[in-house]
Amino acid sequence: MTDLTKLSIADARQGLLNKDFSACELTDAYLSAVQEGNEALNAYIAVTEDEARHMAAASDEKIAKGEAGALEGIPLGIKDLFCTKGAHSQAASHILDGFKPDYESTITQNLWNDGAVMLGKLNMDEFAMGSSNETSYFGPVTNPWKKKGSDEALVPGGSSGGSAAAVAGFLCAGATATDTGGSIRQPAAFTGTVGIKPTYGRCSRWGVVAFASSLDQAGPIARTNRDAAILLKSMASVDYKDTTSVDMSVPDYEAAIGQSVKGLKIGIPKEYRPDGLDSEIETLWQKGIDWLKEAGAEIVEISLPHTKYALPAYYIVAPAEASSNLARYDGVKYGLRVAGDDITDMYEKTRAKGFGHEVQRRIMIGTYVLSAGYYDAYYLRAQKVRTLIKNDFEKVYDSGVDAILTPATPSAAFAIGDKDMAADPVKMYLNDIFTVTVNMAGLPGISVPAGLSSAGLPLGLQLIGRPFDEETLFQLGQVIEDAAGTFQAEKWW
Amino acid sequence: MSVDNDTVKKVARLSRIAIDDGQVEAMKGELNAILNWVEQLNEVDVEGVEPMTSVVVQKMRLRRDEVNDGGYADKVTRNAPISDENFFAVPKVVE
Repeated sequence: MTDLTKLSIADARQGLLNKDFSACELTDAYLSAVQEGNEALNAYIAVTEDEARHMAAASDEKIAKGEAGALEGIPLGIKDLFCTKGAHSQAASHILDGFKPDYESTITQNLWNDGAVMLGKLNMDEFAMGSSNETSYFGPVTNPWKKKGSDEALVPGGSSGGSAAAVAGFLCAGATATDTGGSIRQPAAFTGTVGIKPTYGRCSRWGVVAFASSLDQAGPIARTNRDAAILLKSMASVDYKDTTSVDMSVPDYEAAIGQSVKGLKIGIPKEYRPDGLDSEIETLWQKGIDWLKEAGAEIVEISLPHTKYALPAYYIVAPAEASSNLARYDGVKYGLRVAGDDITDMYEKTRAKGFGHEVQRRIMIGTYVLSAGYYDAYYLRAQKVRTLIKNDFEKVYDSGVDAILTPATPSAAFAIGDKDMAADPVKMYLNDIFTVTVNMAGLPGISVPAGLSSAGLPLGLQLIGRPFDEETLFQLGQVIEDAAGTFQAEKWW
Repeated sequence: MSVDNDTVKKVARLSRIAIDDGQVEAMKGELNAILNWVEQLNEVDVEGVEPMTSVVVQKMRLRRDEVNDGGYADKVTRNAPISDENFFAVPKVVE
């Protein structure tokens, strides 16, 4: 029999309905792949084997009865940031030691309602803070991709590094992920996968551990545009448990795949071509422009003048919100507790031991910028800059532009333990330079694999859409996928 | 703006994160690197610009003020490191 783990979600769905194989066989194939590959990749931090087999058996029954849901029997990996009832849910942090929620996040519940099977919980940067998956309490994830002729271990990007590596390494058919500043799109670009951050408010945040509430948005990572469209359809919903969930019906994203892009107007922002932009990235971007042009889209140069301020503004807004959201981890309600002389000492010792260095630094930055006397100078100013960033996009869309094409990342994947990045937090933050504006403005953005670097590593392009116009992104993403093909890492694990 | 050692200690205290004297110097450097970098926002003219409060214009949804959840203190306290008869247990705070 062919290797079932190599099938796309679309093909696996068809194979299950045709009864070419059973959901149990499909899940077993993935569980074997996880068992074989996870030691090397460290993508999963908990494998829910029994539950997966149980869910797969239930899917087989439903398929037999002709009651299959949209994702019936499809084995998925779930980022550890999502609360899953009775299962490991620690945001890859020590401070949530042993935490097993008694409830299910809306997004994962939506997936199970549609018949999906949970394989386990995926590694990530602690509390989704990082761009390399190296801040996880459970150790770094290794990218399935390596440079040609090199054995050096590379990062899969972050914070959804486990999600991207598991999808690229065929350890799940698709994965949930979250994106606060680029945490879906950057790892997708580093691993040759498709990742979409939908419009803020499209997917419920209920039951997803909060990092920066005005920026956090969940989305899928998958191996093709079609698979990402299938997953997003199930993940997205209107949820009264999340006040920022927007009251709009969820369209059939898959129907957009294959639609002509003739006449669509694509903006190319000049501010995304900074001095010293890697020539390989520049070439890739031009290729993307040519592909869309050949498919009948109209290319126009645009300007988003406040682009360069997005990242510094983000590093005020995100830590400020994080310092508030993470105040709840105090050694009382859940997770780790370190004994102290009195209650304050207990809080301080618990948080010093439970949070990793990057998280501590961000909480402290956030606390500082929100502290008395500094609120106006930092947080308020950053929120005003955010309005200007949003206005830039609105002007462009008002002029008739349908979507914007940019590089996804300024480079390909880098090495685990990169010394420059470790020495300078700002250098690591610059990974998100092309993605973070999208979060600041609340827009949808997709990262699509578009080629390989000269060293043989995947590179991605990003498409940015109008609010709630994810369909156009899938439509355009498919054009790039058709032209560039899909990319698979050579198996070494 | 840059922070000194005392400010680092003060912010750590406000953050309820214990910090050793030995870590203060390194943390000061990191915080200052980030604070110096975000200084560039001062170049932006924000005169008359409203701060962004929400990404999509949406009326806050209201619901009836009634109890629609709860009644399971055992579940709520189940994940606590120390709990006693459905209460969270903490070191003594009142003499």
